[in-house]
Amino acid sequence: MSSNDAVIGISDLSTRFGDAWIHRHVNLEIGRGEMVALVGGSGSGKTTLLRQMIGLLAPTQGSISLFGEPLYGGGVERERTLRRRFGVLFQHGALFSSFSVYDNIAFPLRELRSLDEGLIHDLVMLKLNLVELLPRHGLLMPAELSGGMVKRVALARALALEPELLLLDEPTAGLDPDRSDNFVRLIRVLGKELGLTVVLITHDLDTLTALASRVAVLGDQRILAFASLDEIIHIDHPFIRNFFLSERSRRPASPH
Amino acid sequence: MAVPCIKIVTGGDGGRNVLLSGRWTLNMLAPLLDSLRPALAEQAAAGQITWNCLEIEALDSTGAILLWRAWHRRLPGLLLAKPEQLRIFERLEETDHQPPARGVPHSPFEFAISIGGGALRFWRSLADFIALVGQMLLVAAHLLRHPRDTPWREISATLFKSGVLAMPVTALVGFLIGIVLSYLSSLQLKQFGADIYIVNILGLGIIRELGPVLVAVLVAGRSGSAMTAQLGVMRVTEEIEALATMGVSHSVRLVFPKVLALGVVMPMLVLWATAIALVGGMVSAQAQLDISYGFFFDTLPKAVPVINVWIGLTKGLAFGILIALIACHFGLRVRPNTESLSSNTTTSVVTSITVVILVDAVFAVVTRELGMPG
Repeated sequence: MSSNDAVIGISDLSTRFGDAWIHRHVNLEIGRGEMVALVGGSGSGKTTLLRQMIGLLAPTQGSISLFGEPLYGGGVERERTLRRRFGVLFQHGALFSSFSVYDNIAFPLRELRSLDEGLIHDLVMLKLNLVELLPRHGLLMPAELSGGMVKRVALARALALEPELLLLDEPTAGLDPDRSDNFVRLIRVLGKELGLTVVLITHDLDTLTALASRVAVLGDQRILAFASLDEIIHIDHPFIRNFFLSERSRRPASPH
Repeated sequence: MAVPCIKIVTGGDGGRNVLLSGRWTLNMLAPLLDSLRPALAEQAAAGQITWNCLEIEALDSTGAILLWRAWHRRLPGLLLAKPEQLRIFERLEETDHQPPARGVPHSPFEFAISIGGGALRFWRSLADFIALVGQMLLVAAHLLRHPRDTPWREISATLFKSGVLAMPVTALVGFLIGIVLSYLSSLQLKQFGADIYIVNILGLGIIRELGPVLVAVLVAGRSGSAMTAQLGVMRVTEEIEALATMGVSHSVRLVFPKVLALGVVMPMLVLWATAIALVGGMVSAQAQLDISYGFFFDTLPKAVPVINVWIGLTKGLAFGILIALIACHFGLRVRPNTESLSSNTTTSVVTSITVVILVDAVFAVVTRELGMPG
C-alpha cells in the first residue's frame, strides 16, 4: 500500500510517561475503508495510541499523519479542518449533559456557522434515523438515556460532520450481549453505507470478530502483529495465545 | 477537489437537463450554500427537467438534504442517479415519514403552574433541609454514645482546609476593610472634633458586626462552594452510593465533619479577622487622626464591653454551622449532570450569604439590649 492511500500513518512513534516507555518505535498504516481493531492487555497503551491519533496527546517522538497530512502544524485553521474529517466515539459517550440529544448532535453542525436551522434539523433527524432512534428521542436529556442509547447518540454526534474516519473507544463496553450485537451490526452497516474507515479499541472478542477486517495487537511497547484475524490466531506469542485462544476455548460451543 | 457545480444542458430532444457535478459534501458545500440554494430552487421551479446526479463524485447527507429540500422533499419525476445515491434519498424519505417529535403542549395556566411548582420545590427543599438538621442531631447523639465512630480524620481535614488555609485571605480582607472604615470615619469625625470616638466606631462596628459577616461571606464563597461541589461530584461519580453499600453513612462521614469543623473554626476565624481589621483601623487612625497605638489599646476595652466579643463569636459559630449545612444540603441535591452541579453550587453560595445576613439581622434584634456602651 502506498502511503498516499493511508488514512492513518504512524511512523516511528514513541511515548514516555515519566520514566515508563509506553510505546517504542511503533509503525502502523491504516488504509481507506479498513476496519482495524486495536487490541492489547491493560496498560499496553491502546487508549494512549488512540488519543494520539486524534491529537489529544502529543507523542514523545515520531509523527502521525491523517489522510496523508501531518496531524500538527500549519495553523489553527488547517488543524481544525483536519479534525472535522474524523469522528470519535468516546467510551462513555461524552455527551454534553446540559444539552438535549438533538442539541448534542446539532452542536458540531452549528459550530460550522454556515448551516441554517432548517438544514441542521433535517441533518439531525437523518442522523437519528441512521442510528435507529426516533425523532422524539431528540427531546431527551443525556441523563434520561440508557447505556445503549447513549452510545447511539454519541455515534450520531460522531457522524454529524460526515467524517471519513471513525474512531471508537470500547464501543460495546457496558452493553449487554444483545445490545452489543445490535450496536456492532449498526457500526458495520453504517461503515459500509458511508464508506468509513474505522479504528476501534475493544476487549470483546465478539465485537472484534464481527467488525475488524484487520487486527493490530499491541504489546511489549510495540505492535506485535498487524494482520487479519485468521493469521493472528496462528501467531505464537504468549499474549496472543492468551487473548484469543483461552477466551475462545472457555466459551461454550455454539449451538448448531 | 472538485467544487460542487450546476450546469444546464439542453438535450437533443429539447428537454432540459440539470447536470450536477463535483463533490456534494459538507466540507465543500458549507461555504457555497447561499449561492447554491437559490440556484437549485430556480431549477426545481422550472418544471419538466431531468436531474442528472451521475457526475457527482461524492454525495453525503448534507448534499442529499440540500437537493431533497430543493425538490420539495420528494424524488423528482426525472432523475438519473447511482444506486448508492438513491439509498441516501430513500433514507431521507424514511426519516420524513417518522412521527415528528411532540413537545409537551403549552398550558394556558403556565404562569400559575410555574408559581405552584416553584413553591412546591421550595417547600420540598426546606423540608429536606430540616431533615438534614435533624439527621445531624441524631448523628451527634449517636457519636456521643459511640465516640469510637467519630470521624476525626475528616474533621481535622476540614479544619485545615476551611480554617488554616482561609487565614491569609481573611487577614488581607480584614486589614483592608479596617483601613477603609477607619479612614472614612475619621474624615467625618474630624469635622466634629470627635477624634477619639474612632475607637468606639471601629471597636463596636468591627467586633460585633463586620468581623463575623465578613468572614462568613468569605467562607461561604470559599469553603461553602467547595463543599457543594465536592458532594455534587461524589454524587455524579456514585461515590456516595458506594459509601452507602459499604455501610458507611454519608451523614456521619461527609456531612457531620464539615458542619462540626466549620462550627469550630468559624469563631476562630472571626477572632483572627477581627483582630487584624482592628490593627488595620488602628494604623489608619494613627496616620489620619494621630491617635497613638497605646491610646487605642487603652480605650478599646472601655469603649467596647467584652460581651460584644462573645456576640461576635456566637455569630461566627451560628454562621459556620449554617454555611456547612446549606452547602451540604445543595451538594446532596446535585443530579448527575454538569448543569445541575453548576446551578446547585451557585444556589448554595447565594443562599448561604443571604441566610447569613438574615440571621445577622435576627441577632441584631435579639441582642439590641446587650453590649452597648454607657
